[in-house]
Amino acid sequence: MSSYEARFKVWRGDVRGGGLAEFTVEVNDGEVVLDIVHRIQATQAPDLAVRWNCKAGKCGSCSAEINGRPRLLCMTRMSVFTQDETITVTPLRAFPVVRDLVTDVGFNYAKAREVPAFVPPPGVAPGDYRMAQRDVDRSQEFRKCIECFLCQDTCHVVRDHEENKPAFAGPRFLMRVAELDMHPLDAAAETGLDRKTTAQDEHGLGYCNITKCCTEVCPEGIRITDNALIPLKERAADRKYDPLVWLGSKIGRRTTDRPR
Amino acid sequence: MATGTEPHPDGRGVRTATRAAISARHLRTDRWWLSPAGTAAGLLAFVVYSTWRAFADAHYYSAPYVSPFYSPCLAERCQTMHSGPNADLFGSWWALSPAIIILVFPLGFRLTCYYYRKAYYRGFWASPPACAVAEPHATYSGETRFPLVLQNLHRYFFYAAILVAGVLTYDTVLAFRDSGHHWGHMGLGTLLFVVNVALIWAYTLSCHSCRHIVGGKLKHFSRHPVRYRAWRFVGTLNARHMLLAWASLVSVGVTDFYVYLLSSGAFDDPRFF
Repeated sequence: MSSYEARFKVWRGDVRGGGLAEFTVEVNDGEVVLDIVHRIQATQAPDLAVRWNCKAGKCGSCSAEINGRPRLLCMTRMSVFTQDETITVTPLRAFPVVRDLVTDVGFNYAKAREVPAFVPPPGVAPGDYRMAQRDVDRSQEFRKCIECFLCQDTCHVVRDHEENKPAFAGPRFLMRVAELDMHPLDAAAETGLDRKTTAQDEHGLGYCNITKCCTEVCPEGIRITDNALIPLKERAADRKYDPLVWLGSKIGRRTTDRPR
Repeated sequence: MATGTEPHPDGRGVRTATRAAISARHLRTDRWWLSPAGTAAGLLAFVVYSTWRAFADAHYYSAPYVSPFYSPCLAERCQTMHSGPNADLFGSWWALSPAIIILVFPLGFRLTCYYYRKAYYRGFWASPPACAVAEPHATYSGETRFPLVLQNLHRYFFYAAILVAGVLTYDTVLAFRDSGHHWGHMGLGTLLFVVNVALIWAYTLSCHSCRHIVGGKLKHFSRHPVRYRAWRFVGTLNARHMLLAWASLVSVGVTDFYVYLLSSGAFDDPRFF
């Protein structure tokens, strides 16, 4: 096993201020950035705050920015860097900092609560749900989400414009709206909840300019933009911007809430 | 040790006071600017070329080939093309190049295309220039207001693009003639036309609006097996939408330039048979 000494800059501080602290730390074959952060904690900075849990890319806890790119600390191999490279690790820059590499991601939980939950179909008891696989394939892709919130962090709508946070749910939760709207048994429409319209009116779908950063950073490889956000935009366009669909609904050729 | 940075009390974006106090707009160390710069340069080159050709009003027909920029040709001033895409809908009052009439539709289709939106938002408007690179704008309303709310009309440009692709297919069939309009011949231009129309169709059908219309809007694929298969087919193309967007952009430019070379006498079409 070979090892070398790597140069790291890790942001340390809290909401009152902070800066990049420099470390020189041992790196061994096969290690990931989270291993190195843990080594810094163990040998040089025992009070360094970092949030982590599974170390397997499935819990979504160790989200941070490595050389300016939103990534999971546990899924970023040290072998992708050259040995003479200085590696910079900072907390997520779209959310309020708590301390060191830990941020307050409460914004995302607030947005999660704003998305109305799955509406069970009337007359079908839980356990009696039956769905064709082809009908749930789309939603199941979105269920791979580990809620690391890297997509929320990189989305410039809120990253670069704090004032948009009240109006914009972010890619993760627009994807949740898409997931439910594509769900074969979701009966929201029968209760008067039109997810296509609320995506635009209440969750800020119109702010998305489909520049695909959410897709680029997703550690699960979910095609958020192509498979969730753009289809949702097209569904919203059906409701709000397509005079032919509107006319069809008026003359009875289409109904807005009939599942098809 | 830490180099102390105070929070920016009046900061915005990544410099908002509650966020980690880092003064740099971004900390990316890769060549993040290369992709938007290349995209902007490519699009700009095409805009310059197509503007020149669209307003030139000349050298767009060399039997049996008609430039895709001038097809269909809808004004009286159009050059007569034997069995070609002439349709004098605009009469003699249209004084500008007839290309302007028809180019509005493919231009609108590409301007509102979900891929090109990403490309020019990043490349020209820096919104954002690259992922996790702060954009320079003080405010942002996305596609919620006029004029960008009009991007939602993409599906109508898609319908128009289908018609234009149909006309270009007709032009490609006509390209299997010789300069005397006899059928059963083929030249290098015919090959270019075939490749171009194939790429135009692939790009048009890979459109996100097409994907929605053929089946994406459905909640139950299992009740619509034919539309499900169509949706899967379009989805396969859609995964290569960016590639097809560029390939068809280049092919339409090359095809037009080839017709220009033939029409201006700078080049003779090599005939295969």
